[in-house]
Amino acid sequence: MKADTNESKIFKVSRRDFVKTTSMSISGLLLGISFSCSDTAKKLSGNPEYVFSPNLFITLNGNGDVTLIAHRSEMGTGIRTSLPLIMADEMEADWNRVKVVQAVGDEKYGDQNTDGSYSVRMFFTPLRKAGATVRLLLEQAAAKEWDVDVSECKAKNHEVVHSSGKTLGFGLLAEKAAALPMPEESSVKLKEPKDFKYISKQSSIVDLKDIVTGKAKFGFDNNHLPNTKIAVVKRNPEPGAGLKSFIADNAVKVPGVIKVFTLDAPGFPTTLNKPLGGVVVVAENTWAALEGRKALDVTWNKGMNADYDTKSYNNAMLKSVKTKGKVRRENGQVDKALASAKKIIEADYVVPLLSHTPMETPCALAHVHDNACEVWAPVQDPQGVRKSLAEALGMDLKNVTVNITLLGGAFGRKSKPDFVVEAALISRTMGTPIKILWTREDDIQHDFYHFPSAQHIKVGIDENNKVTSWLHRSAFPPIDGTSNANAKEASGAELSMGMIDLPYAIENVCCETQEAEAKIRIGWLRSVANIHHAYAVGCTLDEVAKARGVDPVQNMLDLLGDDRTIDFNSLTSEFWNYSEKLEDFPWSTARFRHVIETAKEKSNWGKSLPKGSGQGFAAHRSFLTYVACVVEVAVDANNKIRIPKVDYVVDCGVPVNPERIKAQFEGGAAFAASLALKSEITVSNGAVQQSNFHNYQVGRMSDSPYETAVHIIESNEKPTGVGEPPVPPFIPALCNAIYAATGKRVRQLPVRLA
Amino acid sequence: MATYQLNVNGANREVEAVPNTPLLWVLRDNLNLTGTKYGCGVAQCGACTVHLDGTAVRSCSLPVSAIGNKKVTTIEGLSSGENLHPVQQAWMDENVPQCGYCQTGQIMSAAALIEKNQTPSDSDIEEAMSGNICRCGTYERIRKAIKKASNAAAK
Repeated sequence: MKADTNESKIFKVSRRDFVKTTSMSISGLLLGISFSCSDTAKKLSGNPEYVFSPNLFITLNGNGDVTLIAHRSEMGTGIRTSLPLIMADEMEADWNRVKVVQAVGDEKYGDQNTDGSYSVRMFFTPLRKAGATVRLLLEQAAAKEWDVDVSECKAKNHEVVHSSGKTLGFGLLAEKAAALPMPEESSVKLKEPKDFKYISKQSSIVDLKDIVTGKAKFGFDNNHLPNTKIAVVKRNPEPGAGLKSFIADNAVKVPGVIKVFTLDAPGFPTTLNKPLGGVVVVAENTWAALEGRKALDVTWNKGMNADYDTKSYNNAMLKSVKTKGKVRRENGQVDKALASAKKIIEADYVVPLLSHTPMETPCALAHVHDNACEVWAPVQDPQGVRKSLAEALGMDLKNVTVNITLLGGAFGRKSKPDFVVEAALISRTMGTPIKILWTREDDIQHDFYHFPSAQHIKVGIDENNKVTSWLHRSAFPPIDGTSNANAKEASGAELSMGMIDLPYAIENVCCETQEAEAKIRIGWLRSVANIHHAYAVGCTLDEVAKARGVDPVQNMLDLLGDDRTIDFNSLTSEFWNYSEKLEDFPWSTARFRHVIETAKEKSNWGKSLPKGSGQGFAAHRSFLTYVACVVEVAVDANNKIRIPKVDYVVDCGVPVNPERIKAQFEGGAAFAASLALKSEITVSNGAVQQSNFHNYQVGRMSDSPYETAVHIIESNEKPTGVGEPPVPPFIPALCNAIYAATGKRVRQLPVRLA
Repeated sequence: MATYQLNVNGANREVEAVPNTPLLWVLRDNLNLTGTKYGCGVAQCGACTVHLDGTAVRSCSLPVSAIGNKKVTTIEGLSSGENLHPVQQAWMDENVPQCGYCQTGQIMSAAALIEKNQTPSDSDIEEAMSGNICRCGTYERIRKAIKKASNAAAK
């Protein structure tokens, strides 16, 4: 990674460099700093009300109730369940006695930036230790009470059992445990995996009943502050360009409209944190705010991207990848090998701008008063939000409180705090609590989009039918371009998502990039640059298989070569292993091969299918998780594509919550199908041309897989995330299936067969 | 502003609103019934689905002035106490929700479907649910849950 710049820094530090620099301190955070019984235990009157808070994350009451802190944001992955489950398991708590409480945004909890499929990977071991330490304290407390050796005492399902059979409940032990000295970390023994009670077992999410009964609180559902007003903002279609003039006469006449005023535009690049500015309408209720905004007469400034047009921009990128670019990985001599190749496979791939469109649009409740700010918002990065609010309001961090609601989907959009800052600035002006609503039009037209990209891949096969050369060129504006006008080159991290991490045993490899400038806000979308890279690489491999006359699965195994761990650092200086050291999370071709072979078997690969149907295959490692995917499609006479069956094989190390892993893969397939088949953002004269679901189409039930089988590899390897890894291999597997069904190659997304 | 007498979840509620206010915002802003969600405002996504005399409608595009004395049922009124509606129970049994945001609208559409058709085919389900978007992609489980609920309802 190159040096961080500008306002994007707070995000990059927390997203990508956190583990590198501070993984050592996570356990310290949980066990050392705040793990001080005598200081944090609060004595209350009466034993049942005793509150034992041995660390930041776990509280045991004298009545036996356990409160576990969920410090990562729940956007649908089930993390609010899975992380507390880890603690409960090690603690031997009864899950039915556990209440989960969402933490506010605070550095004391360690990293809270819920993205990058990090949560389980980063917190599995520290939270196990936290739970196991409490278990040991309770066992020690029981041993002391019975005057026996602690080795005779075992915590089991919310009580400590002595070898004689006598028991003491956790609640009764709370006060006694609190009086004990903190055990040495070395004396804390983690469970053997075979003894896991909740980890790797079936479990429902803690919010399930609230969700199905409508009680669950999302970002726009907080009506608890008296005198809350509603705000909407009209923004320049060209991001950052700002306002020339406006007439509010008709807007203020709308019944319920209270005030119309402006927010400054940030210019371009906008940064990841700052609101886009515009004309604010504050009203007594949501409809009045929307009607008031409709009645505004606004003239916008033209900015530096007023002529941005995606058609010509994408064509220019496509042209650029036809010529030699900046070398980012080079092994052997690609040019020479290509020149002597017997067969050449060569193709270009284009992926459009894509929008996140979570079902819940950006929204927040903010209350700025008495030099303090409190917000309730659906955010992925509450600490980043807190810092951004403190900076925008000129407040001390300690005066800013960020409460995290449930997120109605996010996919990366809600890792940016712009909409929360907007609400807070409006609340400051109004002196009342403000709920801000982004309409769907606001969301689709002012997103932080997935990069538009063009790629060129050229592969050489020699006279022995061996793949000897691989040239891959990629052009897309880096996310850093949203903050830094000089950032025109994809970062090593972005290229390590499916390009320079090419794992195949090919003698001559060259990966090159061409510069591209951000003309609109670019941001992370579920699986990030893996989306376009895995698509191009996965489709190319299918073409290589065809050219070699080899089955696509066998082709991939041939290219993968012997089982080994790949030292990518020796292949390119820019390799990024999702913030982990290669020695901690090696790139194992054996694990990759195993998911590929298992997918072949489980999917009944190569089965006979009727005309118009086909199977496609792809495999990809992203976020340290190994995934193979077989997609079956059926294409009818009207070119309607149906997906009757998907088979995924996933190796994510220890599967912490298999039920939610399956859910992530089912949903990931639908999300990827939606991206590939339906969605495209285009820009003309600097303005996004789509506005709502009628013209920014997303997958509905009939577009989505009918059945997704998820086969999870049993493993004791360190767990890795599953939020993003389902997406990358799905798209090439789908496109390869379309080829098998129709004979048509898909070299541009979204898929257009007609 | 005008005054409307609405029948919401079996109770008479008096609300003040301008006549073209969508029912969605009356439910959420006036009555604090926040289980009904905003998703698009133009009847494209189904997050705001409620029942009007038992029929699934998109409350974001239904002016309050058009309700009259029709009975409005929201997710909060679909069941009471511990007794969940068969669709809600099936949603729990199948662990349908991911983020959960669209699910109240999905459940309302599904409940209206099985009220009319207790043995819906795949294509019946696809048609009835085509107006409800889920970006988490829970469609497979929605289909399973509807089948489960319709079997339960048929018993």
